[in-house]
Amino acid sequence: MTPATEEALRRTPLYDRHAAAGAKLVPFAGWEMPVSYAGIRAEHEAVRNAVGVFDVSHMGEIETRGPQAADLLQRLLSNDVRRIPEGGAQYGLLCREDGGVLDDLFTYRLAEEHFLTVTNASNHEKDLAWFQSHAEEFDADVIDRLDDFAMLAVQGPDARDLVAGLADGRLAPRMHVCQRTVADVPMLVCGTGYTGEDGVELLLGADAAGAVWDALLAAGATPAGLAARDTLRLEVCFHLYGNDLMESRGPIEAGLGWACKEATAFIGAGAVAAAREAGPAERLVPFVIDGAGIARQGNAVAGGGEVTSGTLSPSLGVGIGMAYVPAGDAEPGMQLEIDVRGKPRTAIVKEKPLYRKDDEAT
Amino acid sequence: MSDASYPDDLLYHAEHDWARVEGDTATLGITWFAQDALGEVVFFEPPATGTTVTKDEPYTEVESVKAVSDVIAPLSGEVVEVNEALADTPEKINDDPYGDGWMVKVRLSDAAEKDALLDAAAYQAQLD
Repeated sequence: MTPATEEALRRTPLYDRHAAAGAKLVPFAGWEMPVSYAGIRAEHEAVRNAVGVFDVSHMGEIETRGPQAADLLQRLLSNDVRRIPEGGAQYGLLCREDGGVLDDLFTYRLAEEHFLTVTNASNHEKDLAWFQSHAEEFDADVIDRLDDFAMLAVQGPDARDLVAGLADGRLAPRMHVCQRTVADVPMLVCGTGYTGEDGVELLLGADAAGAVWDALLAAGATPAGLAARDTLRLEVCFHLYGNDLMESRGPIEAGLGWACKEATAFIGAGAVAAAREAGPAERLVPFVIDGAGIARQGNAVAGGGEVTSGTLSPSLGVGIGMAYVPAGDAEPGMQLEIDVRGKPRTAIVKEKPLYRKDDEAT
Repeated sequence: MSDASYPDDLLYHAEHDWARVEGDTATLGITWFAQDALGEVVFFEPPATGTTVTKDEPYTEVESVKAVSDVIAPLSGEVVEVNEALADTPEKINDDPYGDGWMVKVRLSDAAEKDALLDAAAYQAQLD
């Protein structure tokens, strides 16, 4: 990633509100984003137990429309785009010809010939260029919508009730999208998220973001920053592009074979099929540290392998993470030795997810 | 979290560490500014007693949820006592950085080193 310090950082429409709320603002993928407000633990727990709201307006949007929009996306995205119903959502990967992962993204089918794909901020320009370069062969238009949308993720067990109280009708169920008016603002309500909790993501006009943010907070949502977003997603083993996914890794070793439908002949399908057939040399595994210590991105695993994400789990109270390790070391229950800045720490390979609501001792 | 404070009876190192010098020993810790920048501290493992710390060099690490940071020694000496309580309650570094959040006590090897440290006013001036 390019160090963002060299160029002016972009700000979301909610920047002034974040600053006024006392948020710590940090450079992230070229944007000046709130990393935390009252504190990571409190924000994390608000999302696990009640409802939190994240400003994720740094994420990009690409609109694809036209008679062959579905055909174009079927070629670009690893999942079976034709199976997305109108009003449906689907997770998929954007791959290179050799299977290397360019991005992981959600695509929403707004109408038969009309799709919206949400990109990671750090990849948006790259993704857009990739979409456009392949669009020439199809009767479809690719439109950059990054500047048009603000995006708010309202997440937690109480999130749906809170948003429904401000909405003019039923919210989209999980993995669906619908057009709604929320807090008097027309928007797309998406039944998706990145926390392992129920909730919705709202895609709305940038101009209206402030009023909706205020309404969500007034209704009781806790503002939550990128740091809590990271601990929440890692507890449920959702991948973060740039950490756990990258162009030098393919979907199979990343554990994302379920999102790849090679029969659709997407770009990279041949390489993915070959990797699936042969079995990858390394696999991404979730782990829990046995005892003290917190592994971090970049820590080496003895015998080969590397930690790609690591943090303290606020829900579990221990160090957790994900690492690429040799396939022979990747079975749940196996021990890993991680070099945490010179100190060997023992970690246990686990099943996904690392955190489950039912496991909570209450 | 506590409010910003920089007690007058301490000496400060520009890397956001404090020292309370009493005779030939000093108690060391990190400043309010440092703990605020880190956020909630979740892990602290002190160095072993008997080890040597060197002025301007890292002697231990402190971790928040998000990141790990080196702790720089403001003075040189031998560690004679460590704050074992921080292993179970690292949040004391946030709640009381100059009290219960102290990290180590050292027997100073060169008492004159303290002349290079900042007083509270000079330290705060360089924060702005």
